[in-house]
Amino acid sequence: MFDLEKDFLYDLSKEVKTGTTVMAVTFENGVIIAADSRTSSGSYAVNRVTDKLTPVQDQIYCLRSGSAADTQIISSYVSYYTNMFSIEEGSQPTVKKAAHMFREFLYQNKQYLHAAIICAGWDPIEGGSVYSLPLGGSIVKQPFATGGSGSTYLYGYCDMNFKENMTEEEAEKFVTYGITEAIARDGGSGGIVRKAIIDKNGVRRKTVYGNKLKKFWEK
Amino acid sequence: MSGIGTGYDLYPTTFSPDGRIFQVEYAHKAVENSSTAIGLCCKDGVVFGVEKIILSKMLVEGTNRRVFSVGEHIGIATAGLTADGRRIVQNARQEAKNYENFTSDIIPIHVLTERLSIYVQVFTLYNYIRPFGCSLMVGSYDEEKGPSLYCIEPDSVALGFYGCAIGKGKQEAKTEISKLKLSEMTCKDAVKEIAKILIKTVHDETKEKEMELEMSWICKETKGKHKLVPKKLIEEAVEWVKGQENEED
Repeated sequence: MFDLEKDFLYDLSKEVKTGTTVMAVTFENGVIIAADSRTSSGSYAVNRVTDKLTPVQDQIYCLRSGSAADTQIISSYVSYYTNMFSIEEGSQPTVKKAAHMFREFLYQNKQYLHAAIICAGWDPIEGGSVYSLPLGGSIVKQPFATGGSGSTYLYGYCDMNFKENMTEEEAEKFVTYGITEAIARDGGSGGIVRKAIIDKNGVRRKTVYGNKLKKFWEK
Repeated sequence: MSGIGTGYDLYPTTFSPDGRIFQVEYAHKAVENSSTAIGLCCKDGVVFGVEKIILSKMLVEGTNRRVFSVGEHIGIATAGLTADGRRIVQNARQEAKNYENFTSDIIPIHVLTERLSIYVQVFTLYNYIRPFGCSLMVGSYDEEKGPSLYCIEPDSVALGFYGCAIGKGKQEAKTEISKLKLSEMTCKDAVKEIAKILIKTVHDETKEKEMELEMSWICKETKGKHKLVPKKLIEEAVEWVKGQENEED
């Protein structure tokens, strides 16, 4: 029996989390990042059109999973500090710098936070790079990374389909299908697929709406 | 000496009627009392040389350092109150380490210089702390950007130089430096030229005691790391200077 108090209102008092799927992959010219669009509070979808692709700098983005509040405030801090440093130095910050700043915040405050971040972007020194910053506050540079609750359904898919130096088209397909599949399988992920292609020319954002998502095996 | 700024020179918090802060100017005087230090930007690096007056035969060679490393890639040479210089270097090392911890990159020299300027400037604001009585030369070498040399004075002004001298003999040294073709010089040549300026031009053998040469460099050969110039090279440079003297006689 559905009890209003126990089953529904209780859920609303749960912390807003981005039960999520996010992906970032390097390709020949830069990186492509993609995410689903569901923010859930228990079983209530607080926002079904969330934008989890958060700009840190012009050509550095971060993908947020875990507690929405934690990830939002940390990406604000990193955006602020990268701005300050780039003014002091007179040059564009590298993705490595931004990622390491994320790491400082996540690691030093690990007891208070529930945040996992993927920091990806393009800079003139390394080209496209993807850094994964999981829950404990470690940092790993990877050719591609996945995160969020839906990522568990993508390990096999990614291992089998990833290639180094893909073309933009191949990489776009790789992330779009990945997020689509995770949305299909993961209850914490849903909505639309938001993508961004970051290369030396800047950022191009794209969206794939729900009805246009490719249908894989479904009965 | 006394009587220059009478009445307006007690605290750094007082301007004189003609817009000067005498305490900061007196800090400059402390630098001018010290022995000379020279820094040169060559085509493949930066070389520092310090004229150290040997006060006693009991002093161990190589102690009482006037040149310091900050991180691995930056060198700082001081003139003036050495203790003040060490204090600023300690701050510089802290800044460099914090920057590295936060961003995982080594601190660029112009960022460090600006931060040190800001730090030095703070001490010209209050009447309960005195300005630093030392000037610093900050140098580094990068494959892409080439050599960089900055000089920070007690009034916190930091200027970039191709060649610089601080301390007692800075005027004569600067004259000699301006005659050198720095962009065509290698660091090894610079070691000789600095030795020449310090031994012959700046150091007065009749008036002062013996001197010791402390030299360090950051160059292509040291792969961008700040190291003391090998003793052998310094000895060769001193020999070369003596040879030059004989030629001129």
